[in-house]
Amino acid sequence: MPSKEPSSQLKPTTVDLNKISPGAKESSPSKLENPLLDSPPLPISPSPLLPSASLTRRELLAAFLGLPVALAACSATKTPSLPQGEIVGASNDTGHRLRDGQHVEVAADHWQRVKVVIVGGGVAGLAAARKLLQAGVDDFVLLELEREAGGTARSGTSPLVAYPWGAHYLPAPMKENVALVGLLEEMGLLEGKDQDGEPIVAEQFLCRDPEERIFFKGRWYEGLYLRAGATSDDLAQFDRFNNEVKKLVAWRDAKGRRAFALPIANSSDDAEINQLDRLTMGEWLNRHSLTSPRLRWLVDYACRDDYGMTVEQTSAWAGLFYFCSRVKKPGDDAEPLITFPEGNGRLVNYLFDKAKAKARLGFAAAEIIPIETNGRAGVDVIAVSHDGETSRGFHAERVIFAAPHFLSRFVIRDYRDQPPAHVAEFEYGAWLVANLFLRDRPKDKGFPLCWDNVFYDSDSLGYVVATHQRGIDRGATVFTYYYPLCDEDPKQARQRLLDKDWAQLADVVLTDMSRAHTEIRSLVERLDVMRWGHAMIRPRPNFVRSAARREAAKAYRNIHFAHTDLSGVALFEEAFYHGNRAAEEIVGGKQ
Amino acid sequence: MFVLHDAFFPVPCSLTKMNRTPIIFLNVLVIATCGLVYELLAGTLASYVLGDSVTQFSLIIGIYLSALGIGAWLSGFIDTGLARRFIEVEIAVALLGGFSAPLLFLSFARLSYFQVVLYAIVLGVGTLVGLELPLLMRLLKDTLAFKDLVSRVLTFDYIGALVASLLFPLFLVPKLGLVRTSLAFGLLNAAVGLWATWLLAPLMKGKVTGLRLRAVAVMVLLVMGFIKADSLTKLAEEDLFADEIIYTKTTAYQRIVITRSRAGFQLFLNGHLQFSSADEYRYHEALVHPAMMAAGGKPHRVLVLGGGDGLAVREILRYPTVESVTLVDLDPAMTKLSAAFPPLAELNKHSFADPRVQVINQDAMIWLENAVAPFDIAIIDFPDPNTFALGKLYTTRFYKLLKARLTPEAALAIQSTSPLFARQSYWCIMKTLEAAGFAVRPYQTAVPSFGVWGFALARLQDFAPPTVAPSGLRFLDDRAMQGLFASSTDTSPVPVEVNRLDNQALVRYYESEWKRYE
Ligand SMILES: Cc1cc2nc3c(=O)[nH]c(=O)nc-3n(C[C@H](O)[C@H](O)[C@H](O)COP(=O)(O)OP(=O)(O)OC[C@H]3O[C@@H](n4cnc5c(N)ncnc54)[C@H](O)[C@@H]3O)c2cc1C
Repeated sequence: MPSKEPSSQLKPTTVDLNKISPGAKESSPSKLENPLLDSPPLPISPSPLLPSASLTRRELLAAFLGLPVALAACSATKTPSLPQGEIVGASNDTGHRLRDGQHVEVAADHWQRVKVVIVGGGVAGLAAARKLLQAGVDDFVLLELEREAGGTARSGTSPLVAYPWGAHYLPAPMKENVALVGLLEEMGLLEGKDQDGEPIVAEQFLCRDPEERIFFKGRWYEGLYLRAGATSDDLAQFDRFNNEVKKLVAWRDAKGRRAFALPIANSSDDAEINQLDRLTMGEWLNRHSLTSPRLRWLVDYACRDDYGMTVEQTSAWAGLFYFCSRVKKPGDDAEPLITFPEGNGRLVNYLFDKAKAKARLGFAAAEIIPIETNGRAGVDVIAVSHDGETSRGFHAERVIFAAPHFLSRFVIRDYRDQPPAHVAEFEYGAWLVANLFLRDRPKDKGFPLCWDNVFYDSDSLGYVVATHQRGIDRGATVFTYYYPLCDEDPKQARQRLLDKDWAQLADVVLTDMSRAHTEIRSLVERLDVMRWGHAMIRPRPNFVRSAARREAAKAYRNIHFAHTDLSGVALFEEAFYHGNRAAEEIVGGKQ
Repeated sequence: MFVLHDAFFPVPCSLTKMNRTPIIFLNVLVIATCGLVYELLAGTLASYVLGDSVTQFSLIIGIYLSALGIGAWLSGFIDTGLARRFIEVEIAVALLGGFSAPLLFLSFARLSYFQVVLYAIVLGVGTLVGLELPLLMRLLKDTLAFKDLVSRVLTFDYIGALVASLLFPLFLVPKLGLVRTSLAFGLLNAAVGLWATWLLAPLMKGKVTGLRLRAVAVMVLLVMGFIKADSLTKLAEEDLFADEIIYTKTTAYQRIVITRSRAGFQLFLNGHLQFSSADEYRYHEALVHPAMMAAGGKPHRVLVLGGGDGLAVREILRYPTVESVTLVDLDPAMTKLSAAFPPLAELNKHSFADPRVQVINQDAMIWLENAVAPFDIAIIDFPDPNTFALGKLYTTRFYKLLKARLTPEAALAIQSTSPLFARQSYWCIMKTLEAAGFAVRPYQTAVPSFGVWGFALARLQDFAPPTVAPSGLRFLDDRAMQGLFASSTDTSPVPVEVNRLDNQALVRYYESEWKRYE
C-alpha cells in the first residue's frame, strides 16, 4: 500500500467531482456541464413566452429541421403518436452522482499496483491493450466509464440484427498502414494480397452494392452526387473538383510522402499543404470558383458526415483529407468501405474480446495523479464505479489516457490546477443518433434501398440500414439515423441536444424521415436515441495542423495520450494509430 | 308571348312566364354531374395506366379546375346568341366527354401518346363545362334576383358534384364499367342539349333544326359506341391480361399469379413468367439431369435452392438412389401452394409429399452461411437477377458459400437467364462461377415460353459434359443431352465483369439488357 508520495498520503485520496466541471465559469450551478457524461443537468424549463405545446413542437422541429418541413409537419397541433423507445447510453445514474459532488475515497486495501492503467475503452484504449498484450505486458487494467466497451464505435443487438450506435465503416486500408492491415488479417477479414501487395478484403465484409442513394424532390437517385438535373456547368465543376483531388492524390513531398495519408502522422508536413489548414473548405472551393450548388452540397455532406461540421466550418485541409486520403492513385475510386451490420462495433468487440480479462467496465478514472517516489516516477489513478458505491486505487508506472482529451483538465490533477493551453483548443461537436426498429420497409420511389440513404434537403445525414450487409432484404429491419448538430458554437449545440427529452427527439427523427417515407410512423415499432454530447473532435481551421494539437499528443510525465482527437479528426484509423503509438511509447517501438 | 321580344325586356321574361326556370336548373345539375364523372374517369384511367394515383388525381383535378377557369374567362367573349352557343357547347361536351374513356383505352398501348390524349381531354372537357355555367347564368340573369340566381346555380352545381362522386364508385364503375359510363354520360349530355333546343327555343333567333340534327348525330354515335363497348375494352385489355386468372396472392415476398389458357397453366411471380405447364418439362429436365448425370447418375443428398414450384424436385425424385432433397425457398406461401394447389401439385407429381423432401423457407444465402451437411448435387433455380436482393444470390460470395457445402465429387446446375436476350448477364454468371473456383460448362436449350434459355453446369474439377440421359424423359435423350452443350455464334462469350456483392454487376447488366425488350 505504500505510496510514499506525500500529496497522496497526507491529503485523503478523494476528489470533489463537483469541481471537475467547466461549468464553474457559468453562473448557475444547476447548469454545470458534466465533463465525464453527456447527460443534461436538467431540462431547461420552457420559456413562459411559449404558449402552447403546438408552438413548442413547431419551434423544436424548426430548430432541428428548418422551417418548411417544420411547418408542414405542424398541421397537427399535437405531437403525433410515437413508438416505444428510450434514451440509451450516457450513464445517467453515475452522472447524477458525480454531479452531486460525491467524494471518492479509496480504502487502503483497495489499492493495487499495476504496470499500466489504460483510461478509456474505445478504439484507442482497446488498441493500446492489444499492443501491450502482444508485447507480453499483461500487468495492466483498462478502465471504462460505460458498462460497455467500444466508446463512439459501440453497437447494439436485436433478435433480428446488430446495429451501430456510432462509427459504422472503415475504408479498406492501403498496404502502407501496416498496423491496421495486421489487425484485419488477424480478424480474418483478408483474403490475401494482390500483385502490388495491397490487402484484399473478403467480399462479404465490403459494403454491399448498392451503397448509397439520395432523396431529392420526391424521388431516390443512385449515388451521392445528384446527377439528375445537373447542368453542363455543374458537371464541368464536378470534373474540375475531381481534377483538383487527383492532383492532390498524386502530390508527393521531397521525402516522398503523400499530402494526405492514413494515419495522418504519415502525411507530409510541407508548408504548401499545411497552408490549407488556414482556410475553411468553403473558402477553398471559392478560390477555385467551385460554386455549383450540387458540388457544394456533396462537399458539405462529406464534411458533416465525417466531422459533424459544415463546409463553411471545416478546415480545407480536413475537407480535402476526406477526399484524398482514401484514394490510392489519381483517378482511382476511393478505397472500398469495410462494414458490418453493427458497423465498427464488430471491430471494437473483437478488440475487447482480447482484453476482456483486463477490463473494468463501469469504472471511470476520477483522478489521475502523477507522482514521484524515491526518484521513480509513477501515476496514481483513482477509479469510481458506475453506481458510485465502489472505488479503487491503482499505483501505476504508466497511464495511457485514451479518453477524450478535453477531460484531461478535469481528471489529471496537474492539468486541473494548471491546464495547459492546448487543452482549450479541443472542441467537440454534438450528434444525435437514433435506431429505428421497423416492422417492414417503407415503399420507395426511384432507386431501391441502399446501405446509406441520404436526404438532400435535410440537416441530418439520413440513415444506414443494418440488415443490408447481413443480406436480409425483406421485411423487418433496423435503420440507424445520424444527425450532427453543426451550430457555430459547439456548446450551444450540446445544450440544444441535451435539453431535449426522448419524445422530442423521436419526433424530430420521425418528422425528418417522413420527408422521404410518409408512412414511417406506422412502420416503426421502437425508436431508441443516443445523445452524443462530445461526439467528435472538430477539425476547424488552424487546429489539425497546429502546434497545440501536436503538443497535446506528447506524453506528460508518465501519462501517454491516445485518442482519435489527437489527430484533429475522429476516425478509426487515427484512434487505432494513437492507441498503438501510446503503447509503443511504453513497451518500446518494436517488440 | 312574343310580344315581349323587344329590346328592353329580352328573353328571360318569357322564360319566367313559361315557368321553365326550375327545369333549367336541372340542366345545371346534369352538366355538373357529367363534368365530374369525366374527370373521375380520367383520374381512374390515369392511375390505372400510369400508376401513382395521388399524383394522377391531383394533376387531373388541377387541370380540370383551371380549365373551368379558362372556360369561364372565354365566356366573356361571347356576346350574342347565348342560348345557341350554350346548346352547341353542350353537344360538344357530349361528344368529347362521351368518347373520353374509349379514346383513352385505345391509346393505352403507347404511353406518351396516352398522356397527351389524357390531358387534352381533361383540358377540353373542363373548358367547355367552364363555358356553360356563365352562359346559363347570363341567360337567367333577368329572371331572378342576382342573389337567388347565384345561390341556385351554385347549389345545383354542387349537388351535381355530390351525385357524381357517389354514383361513380358505387354504381357506375361496378355496373357499367369505365367505357360505358363515359358513353352513357355523353348520351345524357347530348339528350339534355337536344331538350334545351325546345326549352330555350324562345330565346333563339332563326332555325334550331341544325342544332337538333347535330345533337341527334352525336347521340347516334354514342349509342353505337355503347353497343361496341365490349369489343373495344377487350381490344385494349388483351395486352394486359392475356389469360384467365385462376389464382392470385400477394405474399410478404412477391405477387403470385396463376393463369389458365388452352395450352395449360402459367405461374407468374411479380409479373414474370416462371413456367408454362405446356413446356416446363423441357426447362426442368434441362435444369436437373445434366448435373445428375455428370455426377454419375447416383445422387444421394440433393440441395435445391429456389424452385418452390416443386418441378425440379419432381425430376430429382426419378433417381432411386436419392436419400434426401433439401429445398430452400424464401416464400412459404409459394411452397405451400405447390404442395396443396391441385393443378400445381399434380404437375409436380406431389413431390412435396415425398418423405425424403424437406422444405426450408429462408433466404438461401443466410441459410447457406449456417448449413452443415455436404450435398452431392445442387440445383439452383432462382428468379432472374432483376433486383439487388436476387443479385446477391449470383455472386462469388454466394458460390463460395455453396462450394463449402458440396462434396468433392458434386455437380451443380444453375438457371442462368437467356444467353440470347441477356448475353452479358449470362456470361457474367459463368465468369462469376469460375471466379469462385468452379469448372463450368455452359449449356442452353429452347423453351418455347421463354425462348433460348441458358444454364451452367459446374463442378469442383475440370470435367467432360455428360453424354447420356436417363431413360423415360419427355425431352432429353442421349442425343439431346449432347446437344445441350453445343455452342452457337449469337450466344458466344462476351467480355464481362465478375459479379460481387460490392459491385452487383449482374443486376446492372440484366437491367440494361432486358430494358431493350420492354
Ligand atoms: C455518431 C458517430 C459516427 C461515427 N462514424 C464513424 C465512422 O463511420 N468511421 C470512423 O472511422 N469513425 C467514426 N466515428 C469516429 C469514432 O469516434 C472513431 O472512429 C473512434 O471510435 C474513436 O475512438 P477513441 O477510442 O479514440 O474514442 P472514444 O470512442 O471517444 O472512446 C473513449 C472512451 O473513453 C471512455 N471514457 C471517457 N472518460 C472516461 C473516464 N474518465 N474513465 C474511463 N473511461 C472513460 C468513454 O466512455 C469511451 O468509451 C464516429 C463517431 C460518432 C460519434
